This record gives sequence, C-alpha cells and structure tokens, in this order.
Amino acid sequence: MPRRLRPPIPLAVLSAALAVAAPSLGHAQSAMDNLSLSGKLLLTGGVNTVEGTAGGGLTPWAVTGGYGAANQLGGNIYATNVSTTDYRITSYGAVATAFDRVELSLSKQAFDTQDVGAALGLGKGYTINQTTAGVKVRLIGNTVYDQDSWLPQIAAGAQFKSNDKGSLVRALGARDSHGTDYYVSATKLFLAQDLLLNATVRETKANQFGILGFGGTDNRYHTQIEGSAAYLINRHVAIGAEVRTKPDNLAVAHEGTAYDAFVAIAPCKAFSVTLAWVDLGNIVTRRQTGFYASLQAGF
Amino acid sequence: MILKTSAILLAAMAATPVLAEQPVPPNAPVVSPDGSLYRAFGGHDGVVKIMDDLFVNIEADPRIKPFFEPAKIPHIKEMLVLQVCAITGGGCTYTGKDMAKVHAQLGIQPSDFNALVEDLQKAMDSNHVPFAAQNRLLAALAPQSRVIIYKPSAADGAAATSQ
Repeated sequence: MPRRLRPPIPLAVLSAALAVAAPSLGHAQSAMDNLSLSGKLLLTGGVNTVEGTAGGGLTPWAVTGGYGAANQLGGNIYATNVSTTDYRITSYGAVATAFDRVELSLSKQAFDTQDVGAALGLGKGYTINQTTAGVKVRLIGNTVYDQDSWLPQIAAGAQFKSNDKGSLVRALGARDSHGTDYYVSATKLFLAQDLLLNATVRETKANQFGILGFGGTDNRYHTQIEGSAAYLINRHVAIGAEVRTKPDNLAVAHEGTAYDAFVAIAPCKAFSVTLAWVDLGNIVTRRQTGFYASLQAGF
Repeated sequence: MILKTSAILLAAMAATPVLAEQPVPPNAPVVSPDGSLYRAFGGHDGVVKIMDDLFVNIEADPRIKPFFEPAKIPHIKEMLVLQVCAITGGGCTYTGKDMAKVHAQLGIQPSDFNALVEDLQKAMDSNHVPFAAQNRLLAALAPQSRVIIYKPSAADGAAATSQ
C-alpha cells in the first residue's frame, strides 16, 4: 500500500503562511524599542487546547495564544485536567507568540488508564504519554478589527506528536507512534452580537488525539471537522460549546466524536480558568464523559 | 466639445480644493437609526460624561497619554462625542477631520489602539453602559483601526508618491 506521508494541500498552505509571516519580522525592531506587553484585549488569545495550541479546549482557533498584539511578543503556560468515566488525562505546556502572527507551542499529554490498565493486564494506572510541538501562522484577517466584513481571521498550523508507548499502540493496530496533524482554522468574532464562531479542518492519522498512535486499518490522512461557538457574557466570561470529529481507524475499538460545553473566566490578562463538561466519545471501553478544568497564566 | 470638456475639467479643478476642505465623515456606520443605542449610552449628557471619564483614564494611562497634546483634548473630546452620537443614532453629523489624516503622523501601534479601547471600556463600565451596547459601539469603531494604526509600508508609499 502506498504510504501517503503528508497531505499536499496543508503543506502548500504552510509554505504560503511562511511567506506571509516574513514581513512581520519588520516589527521586531519596534518591539525591541518599545517593550510593552499584553496589548491584546481580554480573552482574545483564547485558552489552550488539550494539545497546547491556542483555541478552545478541544479545537484550535485562528487566534494566536497569549496577549501580544501585532507589535509585541506574548506567551502563556497552562495545565489541564480531564477526568472521564474511566480515565484521567492531564496536559500541560507553554505557548510563545510573535507579533500576533506566529505561535509556537510545546505540550505534554498523559493518559492514565487507572483501573482499565489493570483489567487489560497493563497494570493499574498504566500511563501513555505524548509530546506535542505545534506551530500556527495567522494568514489573514483580524478577529477583533474586521467588524465590517465577513472575512474571518484564518490561520494554518501543524502539530507534531510523539507517543512514548510505540509497542503498545502497534499491538492495538496503530501503524506508528509518531504523527503530524495539519489544520486550517477560521475564527470570526461578531462583536455587536457578542458571539464568536470558529471552524477548523484537520488532516490527521491520530487515534484518540494520538494517545492510541497513528494510522490503523488504513494509513491515510483523515479529514476531520471541528467547530466552536462562544457567547461573551461580559468582558471576563465566555460560555460556549465545541465539537471535534475524530477518525475511527482502529479495528479493536470504536472511536467517536468529542464534545464539550465550557465557561472561560479571565479576571485579568495574567490568569484565566476554563471549566467544561466533556464527552470524548468511546475510548476503548465505553463512552467517556467527565469534567475538564484548565488554568492558564501568561502575558 | 473639447471646449465643453475643458470647461468641466476647469470647474472640477476649481472645486477640488473646496471639496478637500470639507470634513470627511468617518467610515463608521449608524448602527442604531432609532436612537435606542444612544439612549443606552445616556443620550447627550451620558456620552459627554463617558468621554470626560475616557480622558481621565487616558491621563492615568502611561501607554497612551503621550499621544494626546493637552491643548487639543477639548476638541478631540468634542469630536468623539459627535462620532459616538452619530454612530448610536443620536442624530449628530460628524464634522471633524478625516480619521486617517489626523492619525497618520502619530505612529500608533496595535497595542496603543487596544489600550484606548480598554480605557473606553472602563469609562463605559463606570457609566453603566450595558456590555452588549458597548460592543455594538466598539464593533462600529473597530474597522477604524485600519486607518488609525500606523502602517510603515503605506506611509512609505504615500511619502514616495508625494515626492
């Protein structure tokens, strides 16, 4: 079977993204001259997804993480805990953003199998770890400023994922312990309506975010659709919901769509907390629902 | 025919300087023609109070205080009151200068623009303007960022053209 290593379209998009990003290096000098920070408006950097990238809790947005405006640098650190029916998923990491144009992220995901690990003979509390490095480039548009146009802010990105339990995920039918997701996100703020909408298209081979490896029944990229809607209650609080489809590519266990309903609270730019109810769909044993909590600190 | 065209051209050329002196309205839409948004801002007195509070906030904001020449503040306030009145359906007509021209030489960065938004949000908060009403005004003002925020390439281009 021919192995399609990467989808051609996202790569072309990323190349174009780098071309778009080059002029923003010109902002470097003015940022050095004027070391001001946190020039973006409250909550406009989003929160951190379980894979670190700025967005909602489950899906990337076209915004860059942190509060650096287009003439500034920004960044944040975060820690997330998701306790579901059978598992505990923790994620922590950091995001760095330059000139509201390029976002780099590095994060760790730990998937604690708890009692299921014992039942499967892996040992109680057997934990699968994943490291995800992300890059995102804003291509066009400004979420806040473009209120007189339908054009959303659009960004393209990649997540390079590496799972530390290669032999296990191969035994489950995955082809690889490494994989790269490519995505394009479009985010539109309808400020006069206090409403933010996001749509993301992702090309991925990952099973369960990569926790169960990459590839399976086939070794092709699968196109997934993700969406978020958020309503701004006031400047400090947003509520919303998300959906993220996932491939169903492992023969041993069905994989389903993930959903969440969240509230994000930012008392100030330095700190935010996001709480959510999540439904991650079936993960090996049964449908996994539970509680998500994430803390973010940054500038 | 040629004479007639020339006459029209001459008339147009004569008229151009006069037109250039006319105030150019900002590209902000009237978002509440029935005036309900203007009332949410407290009408004329409310908008004046918000702009007074805005400049109290700016005075205390080292990020953007240097942009405002004290002698010009009363006029800027007056023009902002007119703009907000026009946008929110208070029936005013903006008579100030072109927004691009008055900001062109200031070198305003995105973070400066947002700092002013934050100071305005604080002023609207302290005057009890509902959050949704605040956002309707901000949505109308937000596209002005394109002419207010300094663009090195555009400024260079304009300089090259004028030489």
